Amino acid sequence: MAVGLVLTYRATGVFNLAFGAQAFTAAFAYDLLNQYQHWPQWAAFVVSVIVISPALGLAFDRFLFRHIPTASTTVKVISSLGLLIAIPQLIPIIFGSEQRHKIGYLWLNPATVYFHLGSTPINGQDISTTVITVVAVLALVAVFRWSTIGLEMRAVVESRRLSQLQGVNSSAVAAGAWALSSALAGLSGVLLLPAQNSLDPTAPLEFTTLLVAGMTAAALASMRSISIAAIGGVAIGVLENLLHNYLPAGSILSTGVLPSLPFALLVIVLLANPNLRRIEESSDPLSSVDPPPPPPSIAIRDRRLDFPMRWGFRALVVAFLISNLTWVPLNWVFVFQQGLFYSLIFLSVTLITGMSGQLSLCQATFVGIGAFTAGQLAVHHGFPVLLGALVGGALAAVVGTAVALLVSRVSGLLLTLVTLAFALFADNVLFQFSWSGGGLTGLVLPRPQIGPLNFASDRSYLVLGLVVLLLFTFLVRFVQRGTTGRFLAAMRGSPTAAASLGINLTRAKVTVFMLSAGLAGLGGALYASSQGPVGPNDFNYVFSLAFVVIVITTGSRSVEGAVQAGMAYVILTQILTYLPSRVTGLQFVLFAFGALTYAAHPEGIVEYQKSQWLRRTSRLLRAWDDRRSARAPEAAQEAAGA
Amino acid sequence: MPEPTTGHGEALPEHAPETSSAHEVPLLEARSISVNFGGILALSEVSLVVGRAESVGLVGPNGAGKTTFFNCICGQIDTYKGQVLYAGRPIDDMPAYKRARLGIARTFQRIEVFDEMTVREHMIVAERARSGEGALWKDLLNMGGPSRAELEGAERVLELVGLTEHADTPVAALSLGYCRLVELGRALALEPRLLLADEPSSGLDTHESAMLASLFRRVRAERGTAILIVEHNLDMVAEVVDRVVVLDFGHEIAAGPLEEVIADPVVRRAYLGKIA
Repeated sequence: MAVGLVLTYRATGVFNLAFGAQAFTAAFAYDLLNQYQHWPQWAAFVVSVIVISPALGLAFDRFLFRHIPTASTTVKVISSLGLLIAIPQLIPIIFGSEQRHKIGYLWLNPATVYFHLGSTPINGQDISTTVITVVAVLALVAVFRWSTIGLEMRAVVESRRLSQLQGVNSSAVAAGAWALSSALAGLSGVLLLPAQNSLDPTAPLEFTTLLVAGMTAAALASMRSISIAAIGGVAIGVLENLLHNYLPAGSILSTGVLPSLPFALLVIVLLANPNLRRIEESSDPLSSVDPPPPPPSIAIRDRRLDFPMRWGFRALVVAFLISNLTWVPLNWVFVFQQGLFYSLIFLSVTLITGMSGQLSLCQATFVGIGAFTAGQLAVHHGFPVLLGALVGGALAAVVGTAVALLVSRVSGLLLTLVTLAFALFADNVLFQFSWSGGGLTGLVLPRPQIGPLNFASDRSYLVLGLVVLLLFTFLVRFVQRGTTGRFLAAMRGSPTAAASLGINLTRAKVTVFMLSAGLAGLGGALYASSQGPVGPNDFNYVFSLAFVVIVITTGSRSVEGAVQAGMAYVILTQILTYLPSRVTGLQFVLFAFGALTYAAHPEGIVEYQKSQWLRRTSRLLRAWDDRRSARAPEAAQEAAGA
Repeated sequence: MPEPTTGHGEALPEHAPETSSAHEVPLLEARSISVNFGGILALSEVSLVVGRAESVGLVGPNGAGKTTFFNCICGQIDTYKGQVLYAGRPIDDMPAYKRARLGIARTFQRIEVFDEMTVREHMIVAERARSGEGALWKDLLNMGGPSRAELEGAERVLELVGLTEHADTPVAALSLGYCRLVELGRALALEPRLLLADEPSSGLDTHESAMLASLFRRVRAERGTAILIVEHNLDMVAEVVDRVVVLDFGHEIAAGPLEEVIADPVVRRAYLGKIA
């Protein structure tokens, strides 16, 4: 897996987060063919690993990444994020959402123990994994060392443009790298198949440990050396198994420390490997010939539109409120209410991704911290829910600050990966404790009550939600227009220049992380109170990814974008409940494909449409002005003539 | 509203800024700066002194280490050997932003503008960074918008660099030459005591370069700003600077008034020889 990550990154500049999705797809296909269609192993292997996987990789390249070779790493990460969310969600839509309990295996039967190494039984799974991995890595190294395509790949990695001038078809080589790395993804997926108890098409992102280990090994290799990545991957696997076997079972070491080790290891490697600091600097001597990425279209609004838009907005809010208090059916009131809290949560993404340009993949973790804090305080300590929500928000802000301080010296891809590691750590370790996530039973949050005002009914809680959301919409806008927003915009434009003006980048970054985490925590607590029961898996890292993808699709630069994202998400989800169960993941697919347009329109689809609309209206207004001023002298003449 | 000529709360020396006598502490003193990029010596023991309100040119062929030297002074590179003193005080441990707050402003050879901002917004960001009056609580109370003083300051700088008519244009829509002026204006909005200009005239036509040269002279005369300038356009160097330092392959090869340095055979071989 690590080898595949390094290979794609080096050949195409894409940190392929969709790798896990590709692995899952191949594993699913293999299992389907081998166990359900009763194909022989070799045939299922050929189809899933040699045909489907590379085809998927080629499709990624052909339809997406080939068109954005010069885009920034963040753009590419977002694109692969979109794929990571979309691809596995497509599987239940195509194949149905039943769980599959018959698990296939490749080559040797995992249930058979072939021999003992010392006292450790070695089963078929161990042998086949080891042998196939070693063969694959050796083959890869050989290809890179001695074959022409290997040489060309290495050249393309150094400089796409220069190798083109040398007569290498860079695009074809990049496509080859995609196919090869996808085949590796497929292979690792199939090899890991026996480790799964069942394949659940609706919860497809369970290759977490694989992802973490792969990322760690890739980071260890500085995203550069394929052999280090391979050795590192194996070493990490061995280390984890050793610790697992030798630490005393049941002690705090094995229940608390051991599960967090992979994540801690990942963070340490990401932050401590000095070579990773410079990975985003282009070493391509011809990089400046490429055109710069498209600037986001800037909405320039005619002053005359201010008045109707402001009143239009107020009318909309009032209409929304009155409708929800009177004729809207209760189940939709609940939907809208949740939309308000999602909007609040999504505003935190606006803060961090829209304003600072940093991609944080642990927003759902902050949401969870807020929700669980409020829940624990309300359920076990008798706090009022709203007070608990404030404490939860504050705690999330503190944790956010700590994360920000941890990543204060890095940015871009590294920051994204560290936040992802933190999110994985939170939902695999932190939220699993009963003192935080409430254990198997979860927590049931009450609705708030302020003095005589009771917000138990959905309609009344919606009013509270609307008030809170409006308050924070304005606060976020103030921050955006104020010093913090300006400094962050400067940092987004050019960190070097921002520092040369005397702007303390670390402080700006920590501030925005704190605000964003606090807002996410508060939103999470209020959401949980709306929802009622919440459990440890309600805020896992997949939601973090989905949040980012959803907000980016509608528009991460403006507060409207966040509100539209929140509403669109819940409405779409609710509509899909009327459809057959296999399409329940469709909203993620739609948003994920929406995020793929990020490369072309970083301001988001809705924002883009808005700026287009504003441009058209102001052109109309200007044309009207011109016509009127042209007619004015005529009118004056007529008046004089009369 | 404080007088616009003094930023950073420190008054400029009271005597005429043009005189920079030997016993006075110089504004900037770089002592044997060396930089090593993975085995390649980009700068070797380069020393340089800039007096208060003095104007010094740093010239040399491409790859001589001029921009690297700037990066060391401003703190973009913090792994250099040697010492940088600002007003007699070592600043080697300071990160870039702290050095900027001391009154060191710079422009960049490869332009670094904030893509999504208009020209005016650039000036306002710089004004706000200089005043240091922004705070999160002010933002949250909707007091973070540009103040009247900041808008006026921005207006003054825009007028100085001749960008008034482009004030509300997004920089993404400006040509390279205008972007250089935006950078210069942004640096001047900091009201620096030392301005480092990295190839300010590249991308400008002769008329614009002449305007720029007179701008530098004005800034120095009116504000007492010391200027260290990297420039290939020798006409411009001749107009702006008092003396030059010549670098080649990371070494200082000559220093002195421009006419003398141009006549130096070593310099002719290293630098001018390649042009002729």
